[in-house]
Amino acid sequence: MNQETIYALVFLAWLVGAASFVLGLHQMNSPATARGGNRLSAGGMAIAVLATLVWLVVRPGGLGNSPLPLIIIIGGFAIGGGIGFVLARRVAMTAMPQLVSLFNAVGGGAAALIAIDDYIRGLSIGEMEVSTAIFVVLGAVIGSVTFSGSLIASGKLQGVVPGRPIFFPGSRLLTIVLALATVAGFVLLVLGAAGAVALTAELGIIVLGLIVLAALIFGITMVLPIGGADMPVVISLLNSFTGTAAAMAGFVINNPVLIIAGALVGAAGAILTKLMADAMNRSIANIMVGGFGGGDSAAEQAGAGADGGNVREVGMDDAAIQLAYAQKVIIVPGYGLAVAQAQHAVRELAELLEDRGVEVSYAIHPVAGRMPGHMNVLLAEANVPYPQLREMDEINPEFDRADVALVVGANDVTNPAARSNPASPIYGMPILNVDHARSILVIKRSMRPGYAGIDNELYVNPKTGMVFADAKEGLIQLVAAVKLV
Amino acid sequence: MSPELLNALAIFVLAILVGFEVISKVPATLHTPLMSGANSIHGIVLVGAMLIAATADNPLSYVLAFVAVVFGAANVVGGYVVTDRMLQMFRKRETPQKPADTPE
Repeated sequence: MNQETIYALVFLAWLVGAASFVLGLHQMNSPATARGGNRLSAGGMAIAVLATLVWLVVRPGGLGNSPLPLIIIIGGFAIGGGIGFVLARRVAMTAMPQLVSLFNAVGGGAAALIAIDDYIRGLSIGEMEVSTAIFVVLGAVIGSVTFSGSLIASGKLQGVVPGRPIFFPGSRLLTIVLALATVAGFVLLVLGAAGAVALTAELGIIVLGLIVLAALIFGITMVLPIGGADMPVVISLLNSFTGTAAAMAGFVINNPVLIIAGALVGAAGAILTKLMADAMNRSIANIMVGGFGGGDSAAEQAGAGADGGNVREVGMDDAAIQLAYAQKVIIVPGYGLAVAQAQHAVRELAELLEDRGVEVSYAIHPVAGRMPGHMNVLLAEANVPYPQLREMDEINPEFDRADVALVVGANDVTNPAARSNPASPIYGMPILNVDHARSILVIKRSMRPGYAGIDNELYVNPKTGMVFADAKEGLIQLVAAVKLV
Repeated sequence: MSPELLNALAIFVLAILVGFEVISKVPATLHTPLMSGANSIHGIVLVGAMLIAATADNPLSYVLAFVAVVFGAANVVGGYVVTDRMLQMFRKRETPQKPADTPE
């Protein structure tokens, strides 16, 4: 086969990969076909990667005389793939969002490195077209911003970086200066490539280096002021950025599969980001300005909460009796349930109640957990039957008929202030109408405010009984108490 | 602009439109797996990393290409494996719903 035929076959393999990404994403529309869709996408990826390897080896000249490129490719794949595989297998489902963010970071980093490498190579042989310079800088900048930004987002969710919004004197100014510096560098490099400005190869590389540095710092200062509660939206946005960076890298090295896959993810991530922001009734711009959402550390302001009313504490036995003699119980799980690993305990309680003839369902707020759909994943892991998981719009009218709403580790998504108090930072956010139930039980460790860092007036509602306990311990004790009823 | 670049731009724009259409119909429950699945797809940068590794001919390029391959491979392999783990849990379990009769 001649070179052209081989390249045509490789190109077709890339096309098969790109098509499988589209079809795979499409199949992820429904729970029934989602897993197959992901595997189809993975298969397409394998074909694209293998075809690339074949092309590199069999094309005229092959990999040259040095064994180094092949060692880099095989060795790098083994190391990176191995690390990714082990992390993906071992991560607890509660820590999954930060892992996705970490994978997003390295993807953006790789796209930036490809662009940087191509620029250095182009300059060293004295060939740099204007269009290439544009895509190089875009790829390097977007990739660098997602690299550092995703690392910070991941750190915030992991608790390595404080979850609360972080401001330091002049942080806004610094962000603006960094953005301006990046744009100035971009213009300089493009003019240099056009020949309008005399730019030596060394100077060009230094300028690109400074741009990348500015973009890396920009990624950090962009994410630091955003509260932990908004991290899912940020990760989704950065995911979209990485897709765009991959597409830019595709333009740089003139590769169709990078362009298609990158553009696909860029668009997908943008839509997903919008959907997530909508679920919280916030605009993306409002989230990116930051300052909202206390994160875990805001909870340290402790006890200050809810001194405007009386909190009624109920014991385990009373709570158990209330649940056991109810006809309809709606469980409202939140992130507190997830961190306490209480999903199995809650399922046990639900089964026990069902055995007694109680109708049990779960009310899932779109942003329960740390990412949309996160709670569904956690409960599915604990073998909670899928039909019992009900989405907000579907379950909200049913709270009026519920005898007991059992809130476990959820806070802000149950706060009636979102409906009634225009002064509240979460005013307008769609919430679960927990306060419409005939009685409310809240399992909570203390009166500390939730992730958004604000008080919840639900807790001083006369209908509400507070069970002060860790989510898992509390549920286990409740299970024991219900068995004795 | 060269014809290749114009072709590439056309592909780029059409792929963006496809991305919008494919995503807009996904139910909220699948948002997390979907984000993770999309995240694995941009691991396609691995192909780009392999291509620059093949043409590297100086120490700096070797280092850049190596790091890019490691990053890209981690994104691809880790992304697909963790997405599969999430989706594995979405098996539908047919448990008969008990009638809500009066408790004893």
